[in-house]
Amino acid sequence: MAKHAALSEKFIADEPRTDWHDETLWFVRQKRDKAAHGLPGWEQLRELASQIKNHTLSNLEKYLRQFEQQAKANGITVHWAADGDEHNKIIHDIIRKHNIEKIVKSKSMLTEECHLNEYLLRQGIEVVDTDLGERIVQFRKEPPSHIVLPAIHLKKQDVSETFHKHLQTEKGNNDPQYLTEAARQHLRDKFIQSELAITGVNFAVAETGGFVVCTNEGNADMGAHTAAVHIACMGFEKIIPKAEHLAVFLRLLARSATGQAITTYSSHFLKARPGQEMHIVIVDNGRSKQLGRKDFRNSLKCIRCAACFNTCPVYRRSGGHSYHTAVAGPLGSIINPNMDMKANADLPFASTLCGSCSNVCPVKIDIHEQLWKWRQVIVAEGYVDTGKKTGMRGMAYILAKPGMYRFVGKMGRWVMRVFPFMINNKLNAWYKQREMPEAPKQSFRDWYQKNRGK
Amino acid sequence: MRVGLFIPCYIDQFYPQVAIATLQLLEKLGCDVSFPLQQTCCGQPMANSGFAGLSKGCDKNFVENFSGFDYIVAPSGSCVLHIKEHLEDQGHPKESERIRNNVYELTEFLTDILKVQHINASFPHSVGFHNSCHGQRGLHLSSMTETMLPAFSKPEQLLNMVKGIQLSNPERRDECCGFGGTFCVFEEAVSVKMGKDRVKEHEVNAVEYITGGDVSCLMHLEGILKRQGSSVKTIHIAEILNSEL
Amino acid sequence: MNAREKILNAIAANQPEAVPLPVIDKDTVISYNDVGMQFNTILESIGGKAVYIQDLQVLKESMNADKETGKFIVNTIKALGEVDEYVSSLSAAQLEKLEKAYIKGTVGVAENGAVWIYESQMLNRLVPFICQHLVLVIDKKDIVPTMHHAYEKIDTAQEGFGVFIAGPSKTADIEQSLVIGAHGARSATVYIIE
Repeated sequence: MAKHAALSEKFIADEPRTDWHDETLWFVRQKRDKAAHGLPGWEQLRELASQIKNHTLSNLEKYLRQFEQQAKANGITVHWAADGDEHNKIIHDIIRKHNIEKIVKSKSMLTEECHLNEYLLRQGIEVVDTDLGERIVQFRKEPPSHIVLPAIHLKKQDVSETFHKHLQTEKGNNDPQYLTEAARQHLRDKFIQSELAITGVNFAVAETGGFVVCTNEGNADMGAHTAAVHIACMGFEKIIPKAEHLAVFLRLLARSATGQAITTYSSHFLKARPGQEMHIVIVDNGRSKQLGRKDFRNSLKCIRCAACFNTCPVYRRSGGHSYHTAVAGPLGSIINPNMDMKANADLPFASTLCGSCSNVCPVKIDIHEQLWKWRQVIVAEGYVDTGKKTGMRGMAYILAKPGMYRFVGKMGRWVMRVFPFMINNKLNAWYKQREMPEAPKQSFRDWYQKNRGK
Repeated sequence: MRVGLFIPCYIDQFYPQVAIATLQLLEKLGCDVSFPLQQTCCGQPMANSGFAGLSKGCDKNFVENFSGFDYIVAPSGSCVLHIKEHLEDQGHPKESERIRNNVYELTEFLTDILKVQHINASFPHSVGFHNSCHGQRGLHLSSMTETMLPAFSKPEQLLNMVKGIQLSNPERRDECCGFGGTFCVFEEAVSVKMGKDRVKEHEVNAVEYITGGDVSCLMHLEGILKRQGSSVKTIHIAEILNSEL
Repeated sequence: MNAREKILNAIAANQPEAVPLPVIDKDTVISYNDVGMQFNTILESIGGKAVYIQDLQVLKESMNADKETGKFIVNTIKALGEVDEYVSSLSAAQLEKLEKAYIKGTVGVAENGAVWIYESQMLNRLVPFICQHLVLVIDKKDIVPTMHHAYEKIDTAQEGFGVFIAGPSKTADIEQSLVIGAHGARSATVYIIE
């Protein structure tokens, strides 16, 4: 069984919990709908965002050079990392240079992708994740299951147990207010003492060399305005041309992600504060390869809102961990095969191609079409199991020959009627939880020939 | 107006009553309908599984069977979408294109081409409507809950012409049923869970039937309903529209 | 070849054919009959508070009362009274006990209840985030309908830092239960001068 299929089966085995997970995320989708409904011109805004991103991708080199030039003129040190490893080394070098021990990090899916925390831990360096959801999963030594709501797979009881263990909160006190207050006090201390703040980048503006970080909690700012060193990490596709374009993307981002009109804080960084050192690490890690794939380059338009996750009926019922990568959901299924096709060959098949994801994407990525196209690539590259390949070849052979198709159809129906146990058994995956359709004596063609005599 | 009747393979084999209803309905509405006898399958099961290259035989056979019709009509949104997007017989590119431009799913054929205003049918039952994804999001048979655009529904428009019908929608108006082609067996757990959830939402509306434009969805929901011992039946929209007064 | 050249070369080789930048048509952007009312409504819906005042007198009195309690209060608004300039050189540890901050904003955005604050208006970047309670002041005439209008009125390249703040800090990371007061301010009140 494919990885995602096996992991989902385990997830679904706890059906009440699956229902809870599904309903919780559907609720987020509904909040998004409400916000979108409340903004007349929503569809035009999506089209605008899509076109701005299309233009940007087609001028990416120019905009990146412009961004770098502007950022440097503002006193920021700009680094380039070809892959996750280089990204991690760059950050490690800065830590070593300054003898840094106390590090806080706000949400950055890029650093998850590069496995930064694990790398630094191997060097004996601890990073404190300060986004509440991220801190919870960090305590539990789990990866986040959603790129915006990292702990969405956990119930308050789970959080309570985790905080009781790590923060000595009252055992059995599941009140979110109480638990959040405990996290506030615990992390406030970490902020005050931090020497290095690592943040992500929501948008990088080529025109000014500045970048924007969006949070609801204020944790990115608590770290960045305290620490002597601030490192902002970004995939190179985060670039947008001008500051005025921020209006388009900020209007779409939070509404698509959580149904809010805007996140509490949209922090615009241009220069380090006096006495502080600021760095930006621009990362490739497979993105330039994706850029060269005509069918899949549009996945680089993504603004990481996770609307596609929330609407996906498969994601909601299988959970982020079933996707076994840093970025799960429909988005993960179109970006991960580019990075490691063998390991992620199962992901584009974890979908019914219903198309809901493409409809909610604020930048109009043709997600469900890319899923179909990835399937062709994966099969062409040979990452499909032999049984399936043989079955498909057999099917194609039969269906191309009218006489053979009719014969096989008739035989199949006959077996189903006369020897049902041959089909209705454990070997038939359909039969596990569903009855087979009835097998009529006549096909439609048989009826047609009898009744229309043609 | 010559109409070529395209009957998906699984309807031909397992649900001939749907094909019969489609044929009779089109004839009642004044169409000159022919069923090309050598048709087999549109090739979607292979293509959606990543084996688009293996559909060439099906493409060739399809073009052979369906050349020369003014319209090709099928009681299936997903098969029609596949033909529209992927039919390509390299030996006959022009005919392939002509077919792609003239293939219709049943309900859109009725609303857009025949421009049906009345249907002489009666179906006094409570019926839950299932929006099949490929027809809805691919062929735009109806508006979608994700997009902020005016509401419409070609299939429901037709169903509302049927006497006595009590039509209802599930709470999640257009969530996928979970069939998804080979997904239904390769991701069996998720597929069935999705189907069970769909069924539950219809049962809340105390329906006697669940209907839709795609037998694939209905077959999957029916399999679940039967396993649950439910009295709810599935029925294709063609059968309702073709029911007698 | 270093990483930078490798990456930029790969991008140049792989990027698609150039397509034009769309023009943002301001006429298709929404406007409100009463931007002030819209701003209020949204701000209150996100846990913030909107208070209309005719002049700063009421606020001056409230701030002085706050200061009398002995709590750590910071004022950055010249019109309100003495500006606590010393705050710009304070460290995080020194600001930790900051109870309330009074800051003047540049622009208010009706569609989302956000207020733009420049670094020079907050004196110290940490102030609006580390305080327990945030008080912002804007002029009613500076409330604009949407973010598009806001970006026309501000210049993000003018200062080293600026931020849009919409209401108090919050999180829903624990089972989607909304909790106000995550790491930033526990409350945010915007005084709007008519």
